[in-house]
Amino acid sequence: MLFTSYGFLFFAAALLLLYYTVPKKLQWGLLLIASYTFYFIAGPEFFPYIIATTVTVFLSALLIERNAVKQSEYIKEHKEELTKEQKKEYKDKQKRKRLTVFVLCLLVNLGILAVVKYADFFVSNLNGVVDAFGGTGNLTFISLAVPLGISFYTFQSIGYLTDVYRGTVKAERNIFKFALFVSFFPQLIQGPIGRYGALSETLYSPHRFDTKTVGYGLERVLWGYFKKMVIADRILVAVSTMIKAPAEYNGAYSLLIMLFYTIQLYADFTGGIDITIGLAEAMGIKMSENFIRPYFSKSLKEYWRRWHISMCSWFREYLFYPVSVSKPMQKITKFSKKLLGEKVGKRFPLYISTAIVWFATGIWHGASWNFIVWGMCNWIILMVSEEFEPLYKKFHEKFPRMGKTFAYKLFCVGRTFALVCALNLFDCYRSVADTGRVFFSLFCAKNWNIFVNGALLELGLTVTDYVILACGIVLMITVSLLQRKESVRDMISRRPYPVRFAVWYGLFLIILLMGAYGIGYDASQFIYNQF
Amino acid sequence: MEKLLAILNELHSDVDFENEQNLIDDGILDSMDIISLITEISDEYDVTITAKDIIPANFNSAEALYELIKRLEDEE
Repeated sequence: MLFTSYGFLFFAAALLLLYYTVPKKLQWGLLLIASYTFYFIAGPEFFPYIIATTVTVFLSALLIERNAVKQSEYIKEHKEELTKEQKKEYKDKQKRKRLTVFVLCLLVNLGILAVVKYADFFVSNLNGVVDAFGGTGNLTFISLAVPLGISFYTFQSIGYLTDVYRGTVKAERNIFKFALFVSFFPQLIQGPIGRYGALSETLYSPHRFDTKTVGYGLERVLWGYFKKMVIADRILVAVSTMIKAPAEYNGAYSLLIMLFYTIQLYADFTGGIDITIGLAEAMGIKMSENFIRPYFSKSLKEYWRRWHISMCSWFREYLFYPVSVSKPMQKITKFSKKLLGEKVGKRFPLYISTAIVWFATGIWHGASWNFIVWGMCNWIILMVSEEFEPLYKKFHEKFPRMGKTFAYKLFCVGRTFALVCALNLFDCYRSVADTGRVFFSLFCAKNWNIFVNGALLELGLTVTDYVILACGIVLMITVSLLQRKESVRDMISRRPYPVRFAVWYGLFLIILLMGAYGIGYDASQFIYNQF
Repeated sequence: MEKLLAILNELHSDVDFENEQNLIDDGILDSMDIISLITEISDEYDVTITAKDIIPANFNSAEALYELIKRLEDEE
């Protein structure tokens, strides 16, 4: 069920109505029924996967917590009798038990993810290697359908399990409540990847109908639909035309592809997240923000702090930190310091940890080499700029005023945006070779006349479409600029009622009249659904 | 505390670590800074900082970080 389908609109409206009608203590139960219905409609065959994750993670978390409680009770009880060594021995033994449960549960869930999402990629590469060495690689593909949102709910569940293992959150004792945390339908298909500690505070609590909360939520949903249907799905037509035929659309077209796709990705993903967060907000549930005006970033490092925040923070907290401070990494640090000297040796483990994280981030996006290369390109750029940091500092010390000028800031924003556009090309083609060909064709382009000879009108978009797109993009930028000072919804809420009414209905009418649907259009999947 | 301040100042000479209370929340220290910092602290104080300890509350100020080091020293 697409967010952009009539079915979903009916589903969401009926749910909202019921949500505020049923007794408050039943609200979270209703959400669980709604979430499972949503998942069932998406594909009943996917159900065993989400149930398996829910049950294994729920039970493992309980076992881990029970063991931790037992440990502290035992230590407390035998405080006087046990020596320091005995206490340490006992604690280590219990810790090993918890670690075993934790690792087993991780293996089961990452195993499920690996089989359904990555097995065919592995088979294809293995066949390729066998072929390359003169053999015949004929391993059969598994060809399993990837369950909806599996990357998102698996990561969310693993995050919860890790938090319980670390003792930073209490294990949920009600399996139905936990099932809702895993399957909460607005976030199921494209995140944000919620944290149990924060989400559980509002997910299970009763919510009374509040005009402001519901109004704010629906306002955000409307804004999300605007971005998705008026901008993303409109520009998608031109993007699809160009990326389908890389032999025809290259050279100066590469510039267009990068720019158009970057706009599409932003409008599509942030639009989807606006619908998700807005819908949850309308039900009084607070979800974490996933974007903070990412295209205003002045460096790639800053961009990754502002784009897909929930995924980035997940990788940082549950992969980057544990890998970086792990015992093997400490050994590598000692070894690299001996080998490369104090200064470089200390940095070496940082490179390894970040490389692991970017490899994982790449492959998380899809079982394909283009995503892996995309991840590694991000890593290289980030590491190079990290190493140039002292040079930047010296430069700014020498020219202290320059860094504060608007022109320099604009230059930094433009440079980062161009970099992101170029990296996004990997996502367009899903092929490293095509990405490379199209990207480098830009530097020997001879077809710059496409911008004036009417070729832009042969990409499936009319002059009206371009005008709508231009106006839509200007509106998006304006809203982002206004958001830097305060919430745009707060600004609107202070206006007289007729103005507010005009804004809501205006936006609604724009979506209705200018949304990309009807003949020739097909409301598309959200890009991040497939991850 | 002086040793810790020296490590922090070497990392970011432009930050007033003695008074800054929101090193993480304000984005002054990023994840790579934190790992560089942990490497230095482990060398200097011979303590093991685990992933569980990497939370804003422990890294938001020099005092909080110093408290963490003292706690870990006591535990070890």
